[in-house]
Amino acid sequence: MSHPENAAEFLKDAQKSKWHDETLWFVRDKRDKVSKRIPEWEQLRELASGIKDNVLANLANYLEEFERKATKNGIIVHWAADSEEHNRLVLEILQKHNCTAVVKSKSILTEECHLNPYLEKQGIEVVDTDLGERIVQFLNQPPSHIVLPAIHLKKKEISELFHEKLQTEKGNEDPAYLTQAARVHLREKFFGAKVAITGVNFGIAETGEFVVCTNEGNADMGVHLADVHIACMGIEKILPRRKDLGVFLRLLARSATGQPITNYNSHFRSPSPGKEIHIILVDNGRTAQLAREKFRNSLKCIRCGACMNTCPIYRRSGGFSYNSTVPGPIGSILSPGLDLKKHSSLPFASTLCGSCTDVCPVKINIHEQLYEWRQEVTKTQGDFAKGLSMKLANGIFKSPLAYKISGSLMRNVLKSLPNSLIYHPLNVWGKNRNLPDAPKESFQQWYQKNRS
Amino acid sequence: MKANSPSVALFIPCYVDQFYPQVGIATLELLEKLGCTVTYPSGQTCCGQPLANAGYARDTVGTATHFIETFSDYDYVVCPSGSCTLHVKEHFPAIAGLEKKQEALENKIYELIEFITDVLKIERLEGKFPHRVSYHSSCHGQRGLHLSSGSELNQPPFNKARKLLENLKGLDWVELTRTDECCGFGGTFAVTEEALSIQMGKDRLADHLSHKTEILTGGDMSCIMHLQGIATRSKQELKFLHLAEILNQALS
Repeated sequence: MSHPENAAEFLKDAQKSKWHDETLWFVRDKRDKVSKRIPEWEQLRELASGIKDNVLANLANYLEEFERKATKNGIIVHWAADSEEHNRLVLEILQKHNCTAVVKSKSILTEECHLNPYLEKQGIEVVDTDLGERIVQFLNQPPSHIVLPAIHLKKKEISELFHEKLQTEKGNEDPAYLTQAARVHLREKFFGAKVAITGVNFGIAETGEFVVCTNEGNADMGVHLADVHIACMGIEKILPRRKDLGVFLRLLARSATGQPITNYNSHFRSPSPGKEIHIILVDNGRTAQLAREKFRNSLKCIRCGACMNTCPIYRRSGGFSYNSTVPGPIGSILSPGLDLKKHSSLPFASTLCGSCTDVCPVKINIHEQLYEWRQEVTKTQGDFAKGLSMKLANGIFKSPLAYKISGSLMRNVLKSLPNSLIYHPLNVWGKNRNLPDAPKESFQQWYQKNRS
Repeated sequence: MKANSPSVALFIPCYVDQFYPQVGIATLELLEKLGCTVTYPSGQTCCGQPLANAGYARDTVGTATHFIETFSDYDYVVCPSGSCTLHVKEHFPAIAGLEKKQEALENKIYELIEFITDVLKIERLEGKFPHRVSYHSSCHGQRGLHLSSGSELNQPPFNKARKLLENLKGLDWVELTRTDECCGFGGTFAVTEEALSIQMGKDRLADHLSHKTEILTGGDMSCIMHLQGIATRSKQELKFLHLAEILNQALS
């Protein structure tokens, strides 16, 4: 289904969609307040954007530097051109260690690669250990938000789910009680996993270390209990120097949830004695995006989700309406690069209001790229009738006479037709909105009569 | 009128021309009251934004060429719409052979309010408008032309329209809960994403209504057309006026 159809479906439950809007607005509001407590906020965004420009312009060099340093630190570095190669590499590591159960934390990249279903097909149990992700995993759903994966669910729904899956008391909706039940359940999974998979927020070229940011500490618990740590990192996640974190860590949590900093910012540099750290550097369409001049800076994204929280469309249509691993405004400029046909309605799921661009901590011109993707979509997907009507419109607008005739025709038609015909179902504007009253003359006619 | 007053060409967007001639008249009269020599170049049509935002910018070459030719002989071009102004400034296709005229146009076209505050340098208007007024900030006017500060940015608050309105005697300014959320018009979005567009419009209206506003105003009739369409369908009592209409009335 296309975005408009999914959005209309989501809006049918008026109470819930209102709640969804207000919940995410609350997060956006928190972000506004906390960001305004930092006088140099706009400078920080400028700096972050500049650092990422440098990274994108020298990506190959930084990646090779990272590989050299990481290898020296004892990390085993792998390269994956696409999702299949990424998944196969993960599987090979698991098989080498005779591992049939893994715990996973904080990786949208593994969602993008559809790692879970791939591993499950091979008989491997995958447990997502972030609370929100575990909840959606119980429901066989993908995350609906990249930072708040279960934001589409209300307490009551989670209580019912936990009653069924974790045998919690029926009707007990107390968040502390439900969280405790999840902790007990996850603790068992942590003890049973020989291998832990995590995502990566930042890879540091200078030192060969990488950083994982979480609020729940579950990435650390998984990694420290397991013998093998597999970190999956998109190649755009590289930063030149460790001190660049001083810019990015200040921006990330404030933009994401309105917290001053994420609770755990864990640096991984070398494996403990007897243990292994693998890092898989994944391309999966990123170099193709890098080659697209107009869209390359979408790769600056640090996955904070601020553009989702602020987007008036996302808040009212929910993450699933986008049918894309990364939903919301940033997803709508990333996904068309992966599959233009499948995601052709996404660049149009926006009023081009520009709020996404102004909250973005790395200053991606998201709404301008949405506009540019529209131009691309119509080139390849343009349906004939729409293209023709646009050519016709250009014909009218470039000729004053044609404009004058069609304008007065339209006003006269509107004046003479009965409402039952004006508000015909084919007139989508008029389904839930009145048209303005047609005036007796246009401004142009008034001007000619009164002023010339 | 002053002898050396700037020569201003009025650009009246197509839908204002056809549906809201009173907004065009108010803009013209207001600028004249402020001492400008105003001309309405005949033969003007549309800026082409509806086509470009729908993904057909490449089909707007004819429209843009006609626009540049129509408006190139004036000191300033003034338009009572932030959205159309932004389109001319940022989204016209490059027209071969007209590069100089096009660049000049981009630098001399102004939205009405910014023309008053930034070019005419008028800090306050002496007038009277005893009503409770709320302001709908159009996204293209705000985030595109920076007519007011955005709630997303860490910058000193300002609002060019508010500055002019607040000086009017008797005007009661309404503070909204969400000061700059989009109304959901969005051009073709209003039709292609109808359900969302309507919900966004209803939510915006609810914010204005909950603050007991009497007149909803703004710098873009497209947003207002959408909001008014929803309000009249649900028989709301709210009145809608373009900023030009308020300022022109207040100065009379």
